[in-house]
Amino acid sequence: MAVLPLGKALNLAMRRSLAEDDRVLVLGEDIGTLGGVFRVTDGLAAEFGANRVIDTPLAESGIVGTAIGLALRGFRPVCEIQFDGFVYPAFDQIVSQLAKMRARSRGRVQLPVVIRIPAGGGIGAVEHHSESNEAYFAHTAGLRVVSCSNPQDGYRLLRAAIRSNDPIVFFEPKRAYWDKGEVDLDASPASLDRALVLRKGRDCTLIAHGPSVKVALAAAEAAEEDGVSVGVVDLRSISPLDVETLQRCVAETGRAVVVHEASTFLGIGAEIAAAITEGCFRELKAPVQRVGAYQLPYPPAHVEDAFLPDVDRVLLAIDRSLNFGRTTAHV
Amino acid sequence: MSHPALSQTPAVPATRTDPSAPAAPVPVQLVGPDGRLTDAGRARGVDVDLARRLYRDMVRARALDREAVALQRQGELSLWLQCEGQEAAQVGSVHALADRDHIFPSYREHAVGLVRGLTPAQLLAQWCGIAHAGWDPAEHHLHFNSLVLGTQTLHAVGYALGCRLDGDDAVTVVYFGDGAASQGDVNEAFNWAATMALPVLFVCQNNQWAISTPTSKQFGTSLHDRAAGFGLRSWWVDGNDALAVHAVTAEAVESVRRGQGPALVEAETYRIGGHSTSDDPKRYRTEEELDAWRRRDPLTRLRTALTDLGVEADWFDAVDADGSELAARTRAECQALAGPDLADLFAEVYADPHPVERERASYEAHLEATGRGR
Repeated sequence: MAVLPLGKALNLAMRRSLAEDDRVLVLGEDIGTLGGVFRVTDGLAAEFGANRVIDTPLAESGIVGTAIGLALRGFRPVCEIQFDGFVYPAFDQIVSQLAKMRARSRGRVQLPVVIRIPAGGGIGAVEHHSESNEAYFAHTAGLRVVSCSNPQDGYRLLRAAIRSNDPIVFFEPKRAYWDKGEVDLDASPASLDRALVLRKGRDCTLIAHGPSVKVALAAAEAAEEDGVSVGVVDLRSISPLDVETLQRCVAETGRAVVVHEASTFLGIGAEIAAAITEGCFRELKAPVQRVGAYQLPYPPAHVEDAFLPDVDRVLLAIDRSLNFGRTTAHV
Repeated sequence: MSHPALSQTPAVPATRTDPSAPAAPVPVQLVGPDGRLTDAGRARGVDVDLARRLYRDMVRARALDREAVALQRQGELSLWLQCEGQEAAQVGSVHALADRDHIFPSYREHAVGLVRGLTPAQLLAQWCGIAHAGWDPAEHHLHFNSLVLGTQTLHAVGYALGCRLDGDDAVTVVYFGDGAASQGDVNEAFNWAATMALPVLFVCQNNQWAISTPTSKQFGTSLHDRAAGFGLRSWWVDGNDALAVHAVTAEAVESVRRGQGPALVEAETYRIGGHSTSDDPKRYRTEEELDAWRRRDPLTRLRTALTDLGVEADWFDAVDADGSELAARTRAECQALAGPDLADLFAEVYADPHPVERERASYEAHLEATGRGR
């Protein structure tokens, strides 16, 4: 076991993938010599050379479009998009080309392409550097969407993503890049479509992904001090959704709160609320609560702490769930 | 056979507005619109066997194309995007490639597909609504169509990078049109290819019209001049002169194969039909313009040249008969096309197991419940 920050764990996942399979390539802006603006690819170009760790022109559509061509030639490209808000120039290549090409070919071609995106806010960045745009991609058939929350899982999920024969949008919580955790480098690649129960609870189930998992865990700790037993599920896969695990956990507690940094309107929490309602209607003691950002463009960093879900907002949502149907609506 | 090099676009183009600049250059032409060899054509000489192959494939392409239009008008085909008028640009260029050169077409390259061995059924499948892609790209080193303009140019760049990483000397060839040349992806592709010195040949069929938008509203400077700004070598060719297109493409593709970097061929041609069978080109262009281009018809032109070179009428009759036979086969194959069941599609979206396959059960239960089960 090594204690590593998330960024380093992801780096080691790519390093191992590059070493295991010579068809794996890494490409993106400033990822070679510099090692990426977050240094997640640090040292890979030196170890594997410029033919396998490729500094590209500053052109996101080109990064994904070129990766499609490489995949058609039999390579397994891992693209880095520098920041969440820079992915939109590549949107057509991702949703119309990458996602659909296998289905268009009736399964004759496969596109093992991973698109890594540092996502989410909370780092005091300028605009376009703090977005949570997972729902756009999750809405597209043909893509898998993965979101990692901690070093061990990031390592296992990224290795699994690179091994997968499907196109994957892989979200990395940029504010957690420096958060350390124990990593077993011999751990097997994770299953790409299973949520992980991080904490068991009797009274309420928190469901979160990426950077919001840490918030959910802190809220569960705080609730515990007040005598409320709260479980936490880390989604890991946003598409497909592990509906079975979510329904099983919520069936036990009868209460669910979904937490994510994207705005709640048409966010992934809405789909989760629907799935839980469909599967656990009789067990539910309260409507599924959602905690997310407000329906605003991401605000200036000065007010981002007020904009993003925090422990207090999660605790209030838990209270709303616990108090549902009582005369005093809020505690 | 050794030939004098065909004129490549100068690296630094003369400014069009500079009155002291030399007269505008003309595209490479070996056979004039009247079917007579040009000076360059006489100097180069004609490989009659090659010219016969090009002519035969152009006749076949036109026969298939016209039959497809007829099938659409008769309700047998949902839509067709005609290639009439562009046969020389397509047949001439694809014949200049090696079989291992991987092609990314746009969506009007039916003649390219025919030469590469696609059947009428494969070419028509997409347009009668039974498939999004009619063939397996691996079969003929020919990717399927891309309908979002210009996206395939980036796929070609990536594929070419892959060829280089594999040590394969295949050239990746990508077709696109004058309209697509305005897309960001195409310009990104030019830049990537030039920056990385990739083995890509860009072939633009400039057919003058992007649906109703003329090239005057697409280009601030000609595409073959624009190429120089990206660091691409380029050729400008009369796209209705099959021999010239073949010669220029052969020179360009071999230069790319030798490692001289990516190149572009702009073939000046004309779309005789509408953008598609849904289009009405009379709303935006004149009969006079159409007539002027009909007089430059690529088939008539090469037929005249071949006749002057002594090819007998019998041979042309046999080629026409071949075309008619292909048209009949096109009709028969179109009528025999059968679509997939929706249920078959659920397992084809993802390579690895995915819960969408469970939606198939839901669909089949619905069929069962409504008495429509298989």
